[in-house]
Amino acid sequence: MNPLARIGAAFLAFLSAIGRIGMFTATAVSHCVRPPFYANLLLRQFLEIGYYSLPVVGLTTLFTGMVLALQSYTGFSRFSAEGAVATVVVLSMTRELAPVLAGLMVAGRVGAAIAAEIGTMRVTEQIDALTTLSTNPFKYLIVPRLLGATISLPLLVLIGDIIGVFGGYLVGVYKLDFNQGAYIHSTIQYLERMDVISGLVKAAVFGFFVALMGCFHGFHSRGGAQGVGAATTNAVVSASILILIANYTITELFFAR
Amino acid sequence: MSTPSPANDRPKIRLRDVRKSFGSKVVLDGIDLDVGKAESLVVIGGSGSGKSVLLKCILGLLDPDSGVIEIDGQNVVGLPRAEREAFMHKFGMLFQGGALFDSLPVWENVAFGLIQGEGMDRVKAREVALTKLAQVGLGEDVSRLSPAELSGGMQKRVSLARAIATEPEIIFFDEPTTGLDPIMADVINDLIVKCVRELGATAMSITHDMASARKIADRVAMLYHGRIIWEGPVGDIDASGNDHVDQFIHGRAEGPIEMAIRRE
Ligand SMILES: Nc1ncnc2c1ncn2[C@@H]1O[C@H](COP(=O)(O)OP(=O)(O)OP(=O)(O)O)[C@@H](O)[C@H]1O
Ligand SMILES: [Mg+2]
Repeated sequence: MNPLARIGAAFLAFLSAIGRIGMFTATAVSHCVRPPFYANLLLRQFLEIGYYSLPVVGLTTLFTGMVLALQSYTGFSRFSAEGAVATVVVLSMTRELAPVLAGLMVAGRVGAAIAAEIGTMRVTEQIDALTTLSTNPFKYLIVPRLLGATISLPLLVLIGDIIGVFGGYLVGVYKLDFNQGAYIHSTIQYLERMDVISGLVKAAVFGFFVALMGCFHGFHSRGGAQGVGAATTNAVVSASILILIANYTITELFFAR
Repeated sequence: MSTPSPANDRPKIRLRDVRKSFGSKVVLDGIDLDVGKAESLVVIGGSGSGKSVLLKCILGLLDPDSGVIEIDGQNVVGLPRAEREAFMHKFGMLFQGGALFDSLPVWENVAFGLIQGEGMDRVKAREVALTKLAQVGLGEDVSRLSPAELSGGMQKRVSLARAIATEPEIIFFDEPTTGLDPIMADVINDLIVKCVRELGATAMSITHDMASARKIADRVAMLYHGRIIWEGPVGDIDASGNDHVDQFIHGRAEGPIEMAIRRE
């Protein structure tokens, strides 16, 4: 094949993938608002995605908050702006780092698990079996995961915000000898409601993308264990890329004037 | 017949010129087939000849490329998804590989269609599930296990119990006795016959096991190269006058079918 034809074929494949993801998303979302709903399945996903991700998100944000305080202190002391450390920590955590890092961690933990589970169900004909038992696989498998991730990620990030700021506080007060009251004061002083809200909106979008990519790649997996493995990899990679792109887009929507 | 036939003469399942290819590989090449109400049809044919694909097309899990598939006189090819799914209430399916839900215990697998499809309450559905499990020779101790803890033959029997749990009008059995010992295979044969005789279900089964075919079939159809090359009452199968059928039921390596394999 000549190179131009190859580029063209790749581009067409890309477009058709976008189209299929679009159709899949539309179908999934339309099933989110039409009964029957499976409340117990949603609860289980909530537990699976939200609760069991707490340790990894907590650890990530704790150490990020700590290193942020340390780094900004050593950097800012070069022009005597050490006072800004608390503000830098809280703004970076709420606006950027907690949602992005939690999103990426959950993509690795949950996105992969979703793709592997649904992919295995696909290649062992369990999804076909669901259909023959008068149960819509979108409603039974995909809607609970999409809603579970979209709702639980903002909650995870809110907790991550608090833990991250606390990490900064620990380093600030116990290592860098800031005054406790002053550190807390400057943490709150410049924080605006929009900083937190934008981070939570990001988290909801990231959660949606993680579950969507896991479900999409699992649902369309082909050809046994190898196909499921490929679906898992694709789910994590595509979710991570979507998170980074969406992160920029949402930031621009919120803060660009 | 040009006049419309009365409802009880009308075949339960009617296929006309059904075609299905995967890429350039033609699997179904113009299938014509009728299955009457409360009739048991067995489809035989070599491995990879498209028997499972045929069942999946009728079920609506695969879309045929062209042709007509009528269920109770209504063409279901090209129906929108939602309307197509409404027909699932009539169907039960035993998948060749079992396809049990590994996230649920055995009894919930069997009760799944009752709980999710028909909205029966769990306690009652569990009782029905235990009855069905008993019919396939599995006790209450097994009902609490997960499917991964069962042997292949046990999984097959659980899957069969699941297929008949809702007492559907039309039941598809994809190799119901493969992997079972001869005695258990005969128990399963009796169960399939019972579903047809007592519940009035229409059954369409795939099997390689000729003893089983002779026991459960009213009629037999042979699939070869994407077409039905012979069909008739099970009693005629030994005098079909068709070389392919003769070779298949006697399991001979020499014959027209092997020639076809060599050519490919
Ligand atoms: N989803 C699919 N994609 C591509 N090809 C397929 C697919 N499903 C089936 N085929 C092909 O269709 C052909 C028929 O498959 P099918 O599973 O119907 O065989 P079968 O008659 O049930 O065989 P067996 O008796 O071994 O179960 C095979 O050659 C298979 O490769
Ligand atoms: Mg098969």
